[in-house]
Amino acid sequence: MLCHSAAGPARGAGHATAAMDGTRQHTSQPIVTGTSVLGIKYKDGVMLAADTLASYGSLARYKNVERLKPVGECTLIGASGEYSDFQHIMETLEDYHQYDVNMDDGFERSPAEIYNLLRTIMYNRRNKFNPLWNYLLIAGCKKDGTAFLGSVDHIGTCYEDNILATGFGGHLALPILRKKWRPDLEEGEARALLEDCMRVLFYRDCRALNRIQIAKATAEGTVVSDAYKVDTEWSLASFSQPKAGQDTDGSW
Amino acid sequence: MSSTGAGYDLSATTFSPDGKIFQVEYATKAVENSGTAMGVRCKDGVLLAVEKLLISKMLVAGSNRRVHGVSKHVGMAVAGLSADARQIVYRGRDEVAGYIENYGSQMPPSMLADRLAQYVHYFTLHGSLRPFGASVLVAGYDVELKKHELYVVEPSGVMYRYFGAAVGKGRQAAKTEMEKLKFDDMTCKEAMKQVCKILHVLHDEAKDKPFELEMSWVCEESGWKYQAVPQAQVKEAEEWAKESIESDEMDDDED
Repeated sequence: MLCHSAAGPARGAGHATAAMDGTRQHTSQPIVTGTSVLGIKYKDGVMLAADTLASYGSLARYKNVERLKPVGECTLIGASGEYSDFQHIMETLEDYHQYDVNMDDGFERSPAEIYNLLRTIMYNRRNKFNPLWNYLLIAGCKKDGTAFLGSVDHIGTCYEDNILATGFGGHLALPILRKKWRPDLEEGEARALLEDCMRVLFYRDCRALNRIQIAKATAEGTVVSDAYKVDTEWSLASFSQPKAGQDTDGSW
Repeated sequence: MSSTGAGYDLSATTFSPDGKIFQVEYATKAVENSGTAMGVRCKDGVLLAVEKLLISKMLVAGSNRRVHGVSKHVGMAVAGLSADARQIVYRGRDEVAGYIENYGSQMPPSMLADRLAQYVHYFTLHGSLRPFGASVLVAGYDVELKKHELYVVEPSGVMYRYFGAAVGKGRQAAKTEMEKLKFDDMTCKEAMKQVCKILHVLHDEAKDKPFELEMSWVCEESGWKYQAVPQAQVKEAEEWAKESIESDEMDDDED
């Protein structure tokens, strides 16, 4: 890639593949996917949670992949969707980061700037009808303590909020977060809340895993935890008697 | 100047009868007129230092940098025409980025220096091109071999690996001073003071333009990352150097 000399980084744009008959084929579905990512702001900054599974369709294919990654000193990215596209996005962001570091003028892209950059990248790719198939959460905290949490999807839709969830998390975790979230959550409370949501997701989302990572961004910088297991309790009545005593078709 | 090359200096494609390529030699001259740049390989890292001569009192402090970051673990100090040098630095960044994209790991400094030498050499082969009037010192950490290295790429397109190197105006005196010291047993922090002192001794305050000292390193302390030496430490080293020079002069007076 000999192209980013003076004008700034520009990684290969991932061109669509040309078929034999001259037609072009674009990504129309993800292949290896990660499921929900959750994000909440709390007292000291912002926290993300995701499990470590990359599924191949319904097959739990890779059980030890990291879907929460730091960019520079103060930003975190959490990704659901196509894992290879996420890797491509991280390489692109690394390029931008190294470009900034090489300038050596003390500047670092803020979380909000990275969020905006990702928005343009995702929207640009969807306009080529060849999207990067991800739903991303961007979290970060500036040195002065202002926290940022935003999301960008594979067509470039973006918004910020105090609580965010991608994929199934939007259905299963957001209601819990809406009920329990306060802006002054302590770090321990925030962690417990996210673990509760991840547990529910593991119970109900068939593409989820009980092995999770939690990452935080505070004024001091970013930390991504090692992967660990969340406790589960399968003796609950709704699990041991899935049909709640009724001898009919039904669910939990 | 009309007769010096006797027609053999009009292009880098022409040898002189005694086997020289004058254009390359002139390019080397361009480097020799530049402020001194030094590089030393210490036991815990590589240190780069540059005597950046200030062409005007009205320059913004810290502008026209002569030490440059190239990748996480590699940096360069340059001497010569700074616009030519910038071209080499950018090429270095592209080479490194390309290597990471293709192989997913950090480019070894040895390979980078070799690629840069090839690039610079190319400009000595064509009638339509002019050699680079710049030399670069490449300091880097080889992640795979866990070794720190120092290279110099010259306008002729050769590349050497060094324990200590100096290019630019004061190179001869700097080399003489460096040979007296055992940088291989020193830490970068210790070497920093000595290098500072050498650059200050070489600098003739009466004759030369004032200068800014730029230093950067790849060392154990920085986690083998390339970075500019923190300004406070540069200042500390400079103060030590000035004091040390003064006391040396006092000793001389007593003799």
